[in-house]
Amino acid sequence: MVAVREYEAMLEAYSRAGGSLEALRSKDVGNLVIHGNKVLGVNEARGIKIETQETETGVNVHFLVEEGAKISHPVHLCFGVLPQQGLQEIVLEVEALADSEVDVIAHCIFPNALDVTHRMNADIVIGDHARFCYHETHYHGESGGVNVIPHGRIRVGKKGLWQSSFTLIEGCVGTLDYDFEVFGDEKSVSELLVKVSGKKEDEINVVERIYLEGKEARGLAKTRLVLSDNARALFRGETYGNAPFARGHVDCLEIVNGDGVVAKAIPVVCVNDKRAKVTHEAAIGSIDSKQMQTLMARGLSEEEAVDVIVKGILR
Amino acid sequence: MLEIRDLKLTLNGKPILDGLNFAVEKGRIHGLLGVNGVGKTTLANLLMGISYPDKGSIVFEGQDITRRDISERARMGITLAWQEPARFEGLTIREYLRMNRHLSPREANNFLWMVGLPPADYLDRGVDTSLSGGERKRVELACVMAMKPKVAILDEPDSGIDVVSLPHIMNAIAEMGKRGSAVLLITHGEEAVNVADEILIMCAGRIINHGPPQAMCEWFRGNCSTCKHIGQPDLEGA
Ligand SMILES: Nc1ncnc2c1ncn2[C@@H]1O[C@H](COP(=O)(O)OP(=O)(O)O)[C@@H](O)[C@H]1O
Ligand SMILES: [Mg+2]
Repeated sequence: MVAVREYEAMLEAYSRAGGSLEALRSKDVGNLVIHGNKVLGVNEARGIKIETQETETGVNVHFLVEEGAKISHPVHLCFGVLPQQGLQEIVLEVEALADSEVDVIAHCIFPNALDVTHRMNADIVIGDHARFCYHETHYHGESGGVNVIPHGRIRVGKKGLWQSSFTLIEGCVGTLDYDFEVFGDEKSVSELLVKVSGKKEDEINVVERIYLEGKEARGLAKTRLVLSDNARALFRGETYGNAPFARGHVDCLEIVNGDGVVAKAIPVVCVNDKRAKVTHEAAIGSIDSKQMQTLMARGLSEEEAVDVIVKGILR
Repeated sequence: MLEIRDLKLTLNGKPILDGLNFAVEKGRIHGLLGVNGVGKTTLANLLMGISYPDKGSIVFEGQDITRRDISERARMGITLAWQEPARFEGLTIREYLRMNRHLSPREANNFLWMVGLPPADYLDRGVDTSLSGGERKRVELACVMAMKPKVAILDEPDSGIDVVSLPHIMNAIAEMGKRGSAVLLITHGEEAVNVADEILIMCAGRIINHGPPQAMCEWFRGNCSTCKHIGQPDLEGA
């Protein structure tokens, strides 16, 4: 009975955060709903196996995509802590077998947090020729009482594709310690994207590392941070070209839009093979004045222009 | 419609504008000719309110707007197509055109067609670095048209445009005049001169001559190619 009520509450928070209820209720759509350390719902769509084990502080999840399975509907994962206090530790093991294809959308919901920690340790293996797209979106309350610690280690097989985004633009971040590293085999493509809007006293730490281990592997580590009030952010983007014809790029843009903001970016580009090439671009500063002038010359006010530019960057 | 009275501006001790006077009229296309570095873009910036003059005034429909900011001028009906337009992340051409909230989707399509860009191929593209220089400038011109401005300042809309697209651009500018905009067309090109109703020649911070296009064009070639007033490195200031 309690679980049912919790489930309904999670779904309500999820739907208020813009999630699709239809997707969670459909038999054809794979999904997993976890509140705190309780598994409230699991649906294995065809081609997907989801095993869970509740622990004292969270849930261990094993997520398998079968060989050759092309999953037509995105799989929805829903993680949340609804009370003001709580700890949620998710250990996520993912195996996407050869030639499989799947999109996963993770919703992380902490609307009332005053002191909530959400930790995720993900170990992800993408098989040869497999395609795995993982999009995680956070919905936080305005109090800044969330401590988010997503750590991931991804291995991408030959000609495999890993594409992930982490979006935290609703509510206050609180503190974020994001650390993802990807190892790409021959002709694989790996893309990490982080979009965060920091405000008030938010503390943001983002580390993206891409190791291009196989011949012709490609990688992109991209970050977009918009910071206001007293938000502090540190971005570290590292790309290693360790194989012939590997191509990597680090791309960081931090918009400083507040007097108390401290923003720092450390791009590391490293090549261990003379035929590899890795590049980087990092820009930290206030909003581009020419962009501002352009939008204002179309009749937007200064505030409206800032809004359009920031929304675009975080889109 | 827009009157420029005795504008003066000095940058780093170098007079850029030095008693500049002219006016643009509703429905007319005024070509502005001047060699590189004479101060045409600087003038465009003053007219849009991106920077302010040291002396003189800018009068729009009888009101002194010299100190008004960019947004105010835009809402009054003045806009500018930049010589090197800005690029935006996460903003589509559709959204860019529809900064004018009263614009219908059909009109947005029409303005793109006018600058030679098929809407189906372009509306959903970003106003970002994936556009070529020429494409970006054509989008800029379409966006200015979409504003239905009373005064349009076009800073070299024809430079960097390929010969196939150039006639589209020129027709679009002519159309702006027909629709009642006052157009200040900053240019070097002969094609652009042909759509103008009048040509102003800028040199040494002033309008030194004005008149019918063909005659002014010849005068410009004859007199300004050897002009010593401007475009010289400022050795004293360096
Ligand atoms: N911010 C500035 N500070 C100092 N000098 C400038 C500045 N901007 C432009 N200039 C100088 O003003 C002159 C006019 O430039 P510009 O208006 O761009 O010329 P045009 O558009 O006619 O080619 C040039 O000599 C240029 O070097
Ligand atoms: Mg210029």
